Amino acid sequence: MAIRALIIDDSSVMRKIVERSLRQAGIDLSDVFQAGNGAEALGVLKESVVDLILCDINMPVMDGLEFIKQLPGVENAKNVPVVMITTEGSEAHVVQALSCGARGYIRKPFTPEQVKEHVIPVLAGKS
Amino acid sequence: MKSASAMMAASGTHENWIPLIDTAAREVFELMLSSQLTVPTAFEEKPLDVTAMVGLAGQLCGVLSVRCTGKAAAMMASKMLAMDLDKVGPEISDALGEVCNMVAGNFKNKVAGLSEGCMLSPPTVVTGSDYNLHSMSDSPALEVRLLFEGMPVNISLQIHS
Repeated sequence: MAIRALIIDDSSVMRKIVERSLRQAGIDLSDVFQAGNGAEALGVLKESVVDLILCDINMPVMDGLEFIKQLPGVENAKNVPVVMITTEGSEAHVVQALSCGARGYIRKPFTPEQVKEHVIPVLAGKS
Repeated sequence: MKSASAMMAASGTHENWIPLIDTAAREVFELMLSSQLTVPTAFEEKPLDVTAMVGLAGQLCGVLSVRCTGKAAAMMASKMLAMDLDKVGPEISDALGEVCNMVAGNFKNKVAGLSEGCMLSPPTVVTGSDYNLHSMSDSPALEVRLLFEGMPVNISLQIHS
């Protein structure tokens, strides 16, 4: 089944790499939305419905952790799984992200195989 | 993984972090650019006219920079985006900034205590070689010189403890 993904990262290069990695992981994408920070992403979600969100942590305006804290208040996105993709690799960051509602955590640098390993179970509702 | 304080205490300097910077850079280039960095056999003093910098603050304060030629930066963007070299343009600075950000993040994740106790700034990219960087560093920079597709890439960590 084709899915609609929202990729949030302040680097346009990284957003393109994440999209390519999802495709290389064999994930069929029908639509890909992009946002440069959490606030932009909340705006996107007011207009669009997505099945998966991939989100950086360190971003200007609104960071990834604040974004996932605000996500339950967005009607279109209450139950949409979020996978963090970030250079912040400490256990504390992972625990914090998961406690805020993230369903997966990928550390940069990453391979398409790692994206597959973390995203497929989330899409299957196993994580 | 050794703790930041243990590694500093062992030598009184940060020189034993050089292999960690080297490994952090190699991993980023292998995983994100499918490219193996190599060690130069001789140091060419080519002007490296693109510099990306990421600030570190917290338990470790300083600046990690990645310097290379414009051609090398364009090649990095080309490889990261799987685009032809002649098609990349405005993405070059963004790509080099992300490389620097990932090297800095990967490095700090290799030193216990730094991962949680050290924050990274967003990357800044400077083009041109006619400048001097004045940092508040109180020790000599840790330098790693490598080759990316035969072109020099210098990675430097200036520490202000």
